[in-house]
Amino acid sequence: MTENREDFREILRLVRPGARVLDIGCGEGALLELLAREKGADGRGLEISQANVSIALSRGLAVVQGDADRDLADYPARAFDYAILSQTLQTVRDPRAVLNELMRIAERAIVSFPNFGHWSVRWALMTKGRMPTTRSLPTPWWATPNIHLCTLRDFTDLVDELDLRVEAASALIKGKPARAMSQSRTWENWRAEQAIFLLGRREPLQAPLEDGPKDSLF
Amino acid sequence: MTIVADRRKDAARDSEVMRFPADKPLRLDSGAELRGLEVAYKTYGALNADKSNAVLICHALTMDQYVASTHPVTGKPGWWEKAVGPGRLLDTDRHFVICANVVGGCMGTTGPASLNPATGKPYGLSFPVVTIGDMVRAQAMLVEALGIETLFAVVGGSMGGMQVLQWAADYPEKLFSAICIASTAKHSAQNIAFHEVGRQAIMADPDWRGGAYAEAGVRPEKGLGVARMGAHITYVSEDALQRKFGRGLQRDGLSWTFDADFQVEGYLRYQGSSFVDRFDANAYLYITRAMDYFDLPTRFGGQLANAFVAARDVRFCVLSITSDWLYPTRESREIVRALNAAGCRASFLEVVSDKGHDAFLLDEPQMYGALEGFLAAAGQARGLK
Repeated sequence: MTENREDFREILRLVRPGARVLDIGCGEGALLELLAREKGADGRGLEISQANVSIALSRGLAVVQGDADRDLADYPARAFDYAILSQTLQTVRDPRAVLNELMRIAERAIVSFPNFGHWSVRWALMTKGRMPTTRSLPTPWWATPNIHLCTLRDFTDLVDELDLRVEAASALIKGKPARAMSQSRTWENWRAEQAIFLLGRREPLQAPLEDGPKDSLF
Repeated sequence: MTIVADRRKDAARDSEVMRFPADKPLRLDSGAELRGLEVAYKTYGALNADKSNAVLICHALTMDQYVASTHPVTGKPGWWEKAVGPGRLLDTDRHFVICANVVGGCMGTTGPASLNPATGKPYGLSFPVVTIGDMVRAQAMLVEALGIETLFAVVGGSMGGMQVLQWAADYPEKLFSAICIASTAKHSAQNIAFHEVGRQAIMADPDWRGGAYAEAGVRPEKGLGVARMGAHITYVSEDALQRKFGRGLQRDGLSWTFDADFQVEGYLRYQGSSFVDRFDANAYLYITRAMDYFDLPTRFGGQLANAFVAARDVRFCVLSITSDWLYPTRESREIVRALNAAGCRASFLEVVSDKGHDAFLLDEPQMYGALEGFLAAAGQARGLK
């Protein structure tokens, strides 16, 4: 099941071969295993669940049991090429601080999350007046680990505020391959069930690849 | 009594002994030197052609080199037989496993019970105070004498874990991987306090005789036994002790005396009295001292990470145990934090067990699963067959 996850496929596409990667919230290490096998990546993981770490270690992965909200501070600056936060941002206590830490630890961050601006979420809230349970948000409000849900627009606002640069963005709809998002189109925020962003710093040494309009993201 | 003493005197009879010439002394952290060092050790399996499969196991306070063979004094199985042997975690069909008695010990390696070549009498308290660093230096001499340049792994729990960290700090170039279980980078006030109680118990025994009991033909058995009883409580969790004994009585009803009414008393007394047969009281003083002196961060300018900056290529696996209150998880986390800060390749798991510190010696499936995965991946990276 995990190997068919389209978000993993997209992350694999974004990562340079042989890169140093920290996967934060790595679970049982499925993505780390893929990255090592298909990209020759030097991968490390951080995972909060004891049971998951136990499985990841038995797979031979270098994983540390720890908490993204607390333990990222231990890593030195720019120790990794990529810091990956896959479906984890919405579960941390302080997403802003975690994003800052990602960009301190790594040259680039890859962040994926469920889009709370998706039409099904808006529809469910509007018609039923209840917290939406959708395909990408299947758990009821009282049991969900998601404590900081956001929309694409919310996320890119934060990216701007932190003075980060979106180097790539793609939308995911379950069962379909990832699709590159046009950042100037408002309807992406309605259409994307999940999103994956590749983030860099705003002042890189080399000239920026493309400088999208700052104010028109979604 | 003397029969027992004699039995331990040739404790190394089932071991190999590496004897270093007097012109190759062990230089100690205190500034002193040990001449004519002898290191008693056991090996299992065979060194491969490119000498890439050697594993050094570092033992804990009261263990010894008999990691996977019958103990010559007690006749009991090795202390980690579950983990060492053909097809086991440290597979002796694939690995060359070495385990050496530490300096200051009493199972054949030079220690306070050894004869001082200068006087022809047992060292007693004239034996220099040794450190974890000294133990590791002696191990490094042994490893070199065995013709091994790099160890595939150095593995240890408790005091053995301290040696593992010391190896990483002092000989990072000689290590491929390091496994540190239920240990710490520095002894806490509580650790030192418990050890001090044990040492005072030994020294309060009239048969200790200022450490010169061997010449008098006696042994401070009461003191050493009490030291062991106190220490043993710290090796198990409160839950485990409660579950095993509760308030259970040894006989039907109370004796209204100070006999061992409770099962837990009988158990501790047995632990104490069986210990004195196989352990030397002065060695207990010296080894506990070495642990108390262990403070890796202070040696590296107050920054533990500095101890590991040269060990970036070493694969680390750090494990702690949920119910270990002697070396609690937060101390392992400190190690992991420093490894991350130094940019090392670290793995860390807090193993769920309610058995306390000693769980590292027991059959804990989560611990074995993690270690198997770690060793398999390291073996693959090392190109071991």
